[in-house]
Amino acid sequence: MGYERQTDLGTPLVASDTQVTCLIDGRAVTVPAGTTVMRAAALAGGSIPKLCATDNLKQFGSCRLCLVEIDGMRGTPASCTTPVSDGMTVRTQTPRLEKLRRGVMELYISDHPLDCLTCSANNDCELQDQAAAVGLRDVRYGYEGTNHLEAEVDTTNPYFDFDPAKCIACSRCVRACDEVQGTLALTIDGRGFASKVSAGLASDSFLSSECVSCGACVQACPTASLQEKTVKAIGKPERSVVTTCAYCGVGCTFRAEMRGEQLVRMVPWKDGKANRGHSCVKGRFAWGYAQHQERILKPMIRETIGQPWREVSWDEALGYAAARINTIRDTYGRNALGGITSSRCTNEETFLVQKLIRAGFGTNNVDTCARVCHSPTGYGLKTTFGTSAGTQDFDSVEQSDVILVIGANPTDGHPVFASRMKKRLRAGARLIVIDPRRTDLVRSPHISADYHLPLRPGTNVAILTAIAHVIVSEGLADEAFIRERCDWDEYSHWADFVAEERHSPEFLAAVTGVDAETVRGAARLFATGGNGAIYYGLGVTEHSQGSSTVMAIANLAMATGNIGRPGVGVNPLRGQNNVQGACDMGSFPHELSGYRHVSDPAARALFEAEWGVAIDPEPGLRIPNMLDAATDGTFKAIYIQGEDILQSDPDTHHVAAGLAAMDCVIVHDLFLNETANYAHVFLPGSTFLEKNGTFTNAERRIQPVRKVMEPLNGLEDWQVTQELARAIGLDWNYTHPSDLMDEIARLTPSFAGVNYDRLDAEGSLQWPVNDAAPDGSPIMHVDGFVRGKGRFVVTDYVPTDERTGPRFPLLLTTGRTLSQYNVGAQTRRTANTVWHLEDVLEMHPVDAENRGLGTGDWARLASRSGETTLRVVVTDRVAPGVVYTTFHHPATQANVVTTDFSDWATNCPEYKVTAVQVAPSNGPSDWQEAYEAQAMQSRRIARQDSSMEPAE
Amino acid sequence: MSAYTDDKLVHMANQIARNLALDEDPVGAVAAHIRAYWNPRMIDGLRRQSDAALEPVAAAAIAGLEPTHG
Repeated sequence: MGYERQTDLGTPLVASDTQVTCLIDGRAVTVPAGTTVMRAAALAGGSIPKLCATDNLKQFGSCRLCLVEIDGMRGTPASCTTPVSDGMTVRTQTPRLEKLRRGVMELYISDHPLDCLTCSANNDCELQDQAAAVGLRDVRYGYEGTNHLEAEVDTTNPYFDFDPAKCIACSRCVRACDEVQGTLALTIDGRGFASKVSAGLASDSFLSSECVSCGACVQACPTASLQEKTVKAIGKPERSVVTTCAYCGVGCTFRAEMRGEQLVRMVPWKDGKANRGHSCVKGRFAWGYAQHQERILKPMIRETIGQPWREVSWDEALGYAAARINTIRDTYGRNALGGITSSRCTNEETFLVQKLIRAGFGTNNVDTCARVCHSPTGYGLKTTFGTSAGTQDFDSVEQSDVILVIGANPTDGHPVFASRMKKRLRAGARLIVIDPRRTDLVRSPHISADYHLPLRPGTNVAILTAIAHVIVSEGLADEAFIRERCDWDEYSHWADFVAEERHSPEFLAAVTGVDAETVRGAARLFATGGNGAIYYGLGVTEHSQGSSTVMAIANLAMATGNIGRPGVGVNPLRGQNNVQGACDMGSFPHELSGYRHVSDPAARALFEAEWGVAIDPEPGLRIPNMLDAATDGTFKAIYIQGEDILQSDPDTHHVAAGLAAMDCVIVHDLFLNETANYAHVFLPGSTFLEKNGTFTNAERRIQPVRKVMEPLNGLEDWQVTQELARAIGLDWNYTHPSDLMDEIARLTPSFAGVNYDRLDAEGSLQWPVNDAAPDGSPIMHVDGFVRGKGRFVVTDYVPTDERTGPRFPLLLTTGRTLSQYNVGAQTRRTANTVWHLEDVLEMHPVDAENRGLGTGDWARLASRSGETTLRVVVTDRVAPGVVYTTFHHPATQANVVTTDFSDWATNCPEYKVTAVQVAPSNGPSDWQEAYEAQAMQSRRIARQDSSMEPAE
Repeated sequence: MSAYTDDKLVHMANQIARNLALDEDPVGAVAAHIRAYWNPRMIDGLRRQSDAALEPVAAAAIAGLEPTHG
């Protein structure tokens, strides 16, 4: 499409069962009761001048530009605050109104720079448009009076500027920060003529304030007062493409606004059903990595990892990789090969990689990064409900009465959904947070958790069992729901188990560290507070008991009847953009797409008929098993697309040993990541801006990813995989990712009704999309569970084998921060580093004082697996005995410290519990220095003129 | 297989056994889980471990496992 402003109806949609009809400028329009005159007029095809109104904010009525005449009403009411009534007659364009509007506009313009021709918002400015709309020809007051034209521009934010001279004090930015983002960082300081937008305190700039750079204020600004630096630098976009963000599992829809092949800005798309027009600092602004100088654009090969890289043609690289794969297969057998699909790549690319492994390599040794995040979700929800996915759409939260958040930090990890959740909380929903840390959600402006259960890391199952104990023993279970929807005998068995005295909050307080009355209060609130919704993240899954905790959550939802309707449900907050899709596409070694076990002859037959090869009926190796087999000498080659296992996977020493033991490591990525230090072939990847495909978000929503520019490396990722397949002898001839989606739909029952034409027409579809649910499935298990009867599973609390002791007396838990994403490969290559330049260790004041540590000091963090050093931040966010860090920076390598313990059912690593010791240090550890030296050595690229350049 | 891998397989099997201890048929549940999710090479590796290292439920489950196709 070309570039035009997104439609703005002025005031928000009103939901009502009653319709009213009014007459606006002679045109009849029927709208839900409660709709404003402004919105009704826009729906009737008109346009009432406005400045302070925009349809994602509540009406405000301050600019006095939208005045109208209404029969039977005195004066000229503001159309943005006046609801229509049946039979109402409205006039929006009359000489009287024109005079009034011109008078208002004269006042605005008398204190506004008249630099339209050189302004960065020229021809894309609402003030300019409205001046034209009201026919402004003169400003009778002149321009010489007191004004704001010399106000200093705030350029501190790396992504946008605030120019007070161009501010018209409409409050749209303040209201966007309040209503949409929920941070309340902005305010109008002063009164009358002295009114000005202020971020934080008077001494603050935008950067030093509590502003989280979500961009809502910039989007809301009707002038150039708040504007993206890129627009100032490049100019107004000339075309746009609607696509899907490639950061977290929320899956925000954006409009990529372009100038030629140059991305000018990413603007959240109002019709996006996951984000409803909102964004966060990553999706909105942190896309500069796509053009970063460190991006590798040419294929490279080398004989050994000690050699420098050699740039070669695609043909040579693919031929070299294929020869090594074929030689290894001939020498060691097909099971010496394997691959890893990426949760950052599209469904089509992921499907193609697992097809290459199964049908081309001839082995089921394929896994995905979901192994290390949400594999317990797949196991737990399939066991209890019958489907490996969350039960709700994001809109569901608007109907929740009690929200239970466990092991998730949505304001940092899933910020756009967090804003929607906070909006509901501000409207009155109650909140229970179960987390070792006092996350922002526990207490932030206008949000306060009714209960915070700061449990000891590793005791999720115990706390959930204690909650279940209260619900069952106090008769709060929804027995009618259970009898209708679940297996009663299984429930009874479970209820007897949780009702045992050893599962009471009082008994388990010694285990969880949480006061019994707090647990009882939370349990009573969840069971009796109305629609109860559970949201969880990696603080649930990345434990030895991850799968048990997911099943305990499912038990709790079933026991309280909170399944099968809006406002309730079990909601895993997925980490990466396409974790759900990667799992759906058959990336696990035991499953074909659609979660069908490889031992199922009927499922295999379907694939064998389509692919023309036999599928191994035995499960393949998971990522940690592949690495074990490599160190044992039986696993020799791996193709890794869009995944940096050396930084993201636990026990870095073991990962490095596994990679070093392989004969052929093929890394397909944007950058020379940490894993590439051990690679023999590097295939350059394409960004989400450079390819077509689909992502599936945490609400099972399949959304289009559209190419907005040509791939800098020359090929989309699916094309690279296809070329590798052809090089090893497969006759693949896909011409477009839509061919792949058609194949996925043929082979995957839950995707049977999905195709690109429908996705283009409808914007997105939530699986299952099939004969039973032709329009998709926003809410799952509505009339019954997918597996038939919901299954209660007894989840005994089996403590982790990772124990504190005299050598390692503290518990380390890990997480992420708002500005950075996963291993930081993308966000570290953007200006987001201004907020998080290094990983730090959060430590309670008591623990810090005992060790003589203060904020900013270097500390040695050691476990039985390894040690690293990083700086300390002293904070009471963490409890005594608990320390916390993030894993965004390779220089820190937090996973040197994490262990090889994992979830009992899925091998999901136990990132969240590591026994550690912390001691003062004077700088990087020997290992960090050796690692840095090895990385530098490994990243050398031999140029054709025989010179040597470091890649970074 | 290395001692590292052997120890890990034993630890994993014992962990599964402990977590399925309250199943109506713990031995059957452990066997079914391992059969469904483990690669044949891992199962074979586990078969070679001493029963002494395995918890009784895990040892019984392994003993009762059908041969794999691998």
